[in-house]
Amino acid sequence: MNIKLVKEDIESALIRQLERISGEDVKKCYQCGNCSAGCPVAYAMDVPPAQMIRFLQLGRGGEAFGAGSMWLCVGCLQCYSRCPKNVSAASLFEALRQMRLRSGGGHEEVREIPLPFLKGAPQQALVCGFRKLVG
Amino acid sequence: MARIGVFVCQCGNNIEGTVDTKKVAEEAQKLPGVVYSRNYKFMCSSPGQEMLKEAIKKHRLDGVLVSACSPHMHEKTFRKASDAAGLNPFRCEMANIREQCSWVHHDRTKKTGTVKGNDLTRMAIERLKRNRPLKKINIPVTRRALVIGGGIAGIQAALDIAEGGREVILVEREPSIGGNMARLSETFPTMDCSQCILTPKMVEVELNEKIKLYAYSEVEKVDGYIGNFTVRIRRKAKYVDEDLCTGCGECIEKCPFKAGSEFELGLTSRKVIYTPFPQSVPNIPVIDAPNCPKFQKDKCGACAVVCGPKAIDFKQKDTVVEEKVGAVVVATGYQMMPNERFGEYGYGRFKDVISGMQFERLASSSGPTGGEIRRPSDGKVPETVVFIQCVGSRDEAKGVSYCSKVCCMYTAKHTMLFRHKVKSGQAYVFYMDIRAGGKRYEEFVRKAIEKDGAMYLRGRVSRVYEKDGKVVVCGADTLSNSQVEIEADMVVLATAVVSRKGSDGLARTIGIGSDRHGFYNEYHPKLKPVETVNAGIYLAGACMGPMDIPESVNMGSAAAGKVLGLFSSEEMAREPIVANVNERVCNACWDCVVACPYSAIERFTVKNGQGDVMGMHAKVNEGVCQGCGVCVAACRSKAIDLAGYTDEQVFAAINAF
Repeated sequence: MNIKLVKEDIESALIRQLERISGEDVKKCYQCGNCSAGCPVAYAMDVPPAQMIRFLQLGRGGEAFGAGSMWLCVGCLQCYSRCPKNVSAASLFEALRQMRLRSGGGHEEVREIPLPFLKGAPQQALVCGFRKLVG
Repeated sequence: MARIGVFVCQCGNNIEGTVDTKKVAEEAQKLPGVVYSRNYKFMCSSPGQEMLKEAIKKHRLDGVLVSACSPHMHEKTFRKASDAAGLNPFRCEMANIREQCSWVHHDRTKKTGTVKGNDLTRMAIERLKRNRPLKKINIPVTRRALVIGGGIAGIQAALDIAEGGREVILVEREPSIGGNMARLSETFPTMDCSQCILTPKMVEVELNEKIKLYAYSEVEKVDGYIGNFTVRIRRKAKYVDEDLCTGCGECIEKCPFKAGSEFELGLTSRKVIYTPFPQSVPNIPVIDAPNCPKFQKDKCGACAVVCGPKAIDFKQKDTVVEEKVGAVVVATGYQMMPNERFGEYGYGRFKDVISGMQFERLASSSGPTGGEIRRPSDGKVPETVVFIQCVGSRDEAKGVSYCSKVCCMYTAKHTMLFRHKVKSGQAYVFYMDIRAGGKRYEEFVRKAIEKDGAMYLRGRVSRVYEKDGKVVVCGADTLSNSQVEIEADMVVLATAVVSRKGSDGLARTIGIGSDRHGFYNEYHPKLKPVETVNAGIYLAGACMGPMDIPESVNMGSAAAGKVLGLFSSEEMAREPIVANVNERVCNACWDCVVACPYSAIERFTVKNGQGDVMGMHAKVNEGVCQGCGVCVAACRSKAIDLAGYTDEQVFAAINAF
């Protein structure tokens, strides 16, 4: 990937909005990788939490929004509990989801979910899914 | 017949675990000359030492052997105890049955350890029998010091020695003291202005009556040894009479010619008669003769015309002065690696690619731009600045293998200074690791990133090129696994800290060691950090390796402490373990002179009363000799012996094995 770095991206409104929604300051992260190390679902993510924050630091909202990682985050807050700089990757994922849902993307209609799937899925998955996907 | 006492130490279970000390003591008792022998739990304890003292008196011992640990550990202890009991301390020897015996044997039946313990003890007894009582050597000490280099380390050392009441000669190569620190804008991590904290110290040096300052001078030769050095100093011609000059600056004002300013690192020019910077100490200008038309074409001479006190003297010549000192502090500092070596960063090709030290001048309120950050090419205020760290450092292939230690911190400082001065600016930093080990250092770097918004990119730069008035920087950010490109207005290279050009020459002149990078070697990297192999010569500051200001000041004070310790009495006592030359046997081949690592042996000419040369032989300077024994091994005619370790003693020990 080739990135052209400019101040306008680094300080873009998009990143500021993400920071406002999540209550996090992405500049605080020093990329130690504790979040990616402890995340129970990072193995399945295309962009693991630390790298996702890195993209936000570089002002690359596109890469962060383009990744599927936000939908995999279960919000267990392992990342936050271990972060030496008190940055919550989970909150940033939540903010990414909120922004995506508000813009009409990623929204799931409960009625359209097949009944057999709903019946078979564990309760926790449903609670988590509704929280994340219904908006 | 000798009357030797043997004391075998159990060292708790350290020795007793694998060596039967009682048996060793019994075996020793059987040897001729041994009149007393016993073992004990801890010989180094107070009761142990008391026992040793009592035995010396009671049994009228004329030699004591302690079979215990390494002499490095407790030889001093037992020699002191022997001395207290009236026995010449050099008649007390040790056999090492701990580090070299019990600790390396695992046989719990004590069989092998005891055999070796016996052997070592027996050998040492034979050596001891042939030991002569020795007397400590007293050397007179000249209680004034030479400090070479007037940077912050040298200034600190000079001030501290003067504070201790001793005279100091401070030699500085440049027209003013202050060194590299005088160039800096603000200093990490507290951001105090460098000149504001340095210049009061410089003035203190000038006003201190105990400090004799030789600016614009160089040390040419250092002869002699600890307590008794003779130093030759060349005072370069300033073409200005120091006694007459009032420092009014009229000559500088009126001088019509200019040359590139060394102090401003070529960012601007200075007059041909100049002081490096306004707060120079001493505030006496010098004439740059190679660039002065008066010297080249016998034209101008404006400075001499305007000088009120008639201090300009075009006929002045270099003078050489000799000074006698007892100790030398070497504080010659560092320089930056020439950037031209790194073509990929475009230094020298692109005007807006500058070095970190040049950035310091741009950011300094006394610098060429009055503290405004303006790029060299067109004087524009840069909006985007890229800083590249590790230029030359940690680069075995093209640069130096070590970390220059200060660049992480000063680059973080640069990004802050830039952001404070250019509020809308954006700083980028390419780094490999951030090394901020120091009090409040890590916090400082985080502040640069979190508060002042510096964008740190973990990776190297591949290419720098100019495009439409911009400097485009291409590189990698390994954290996002991407290649990045930045259109910058200016690029700052954090170049490696290297030793001063010619540092190895000075090392040879004064007889100290330097490493392959040209940095001076301390005696011991942990326990003797300011001493050198040449006794009486100490180190301070970045001449021994990259170092920041607090560390340099630490070392300056530490060296001063050592000097004052040496100067605490008019004479110093030295261990008498030195080489002696048998003048009748020496055939003057000078192998020893070449072999001696301390330059302690001289070629001595014997003359009769009429002054005729009668012969030559080697002569050991007891003040310099460290008793290493290299000359003994080198001597073909067996003319040299080491006191306390004579050939006779060594052979007796081997024969006893």
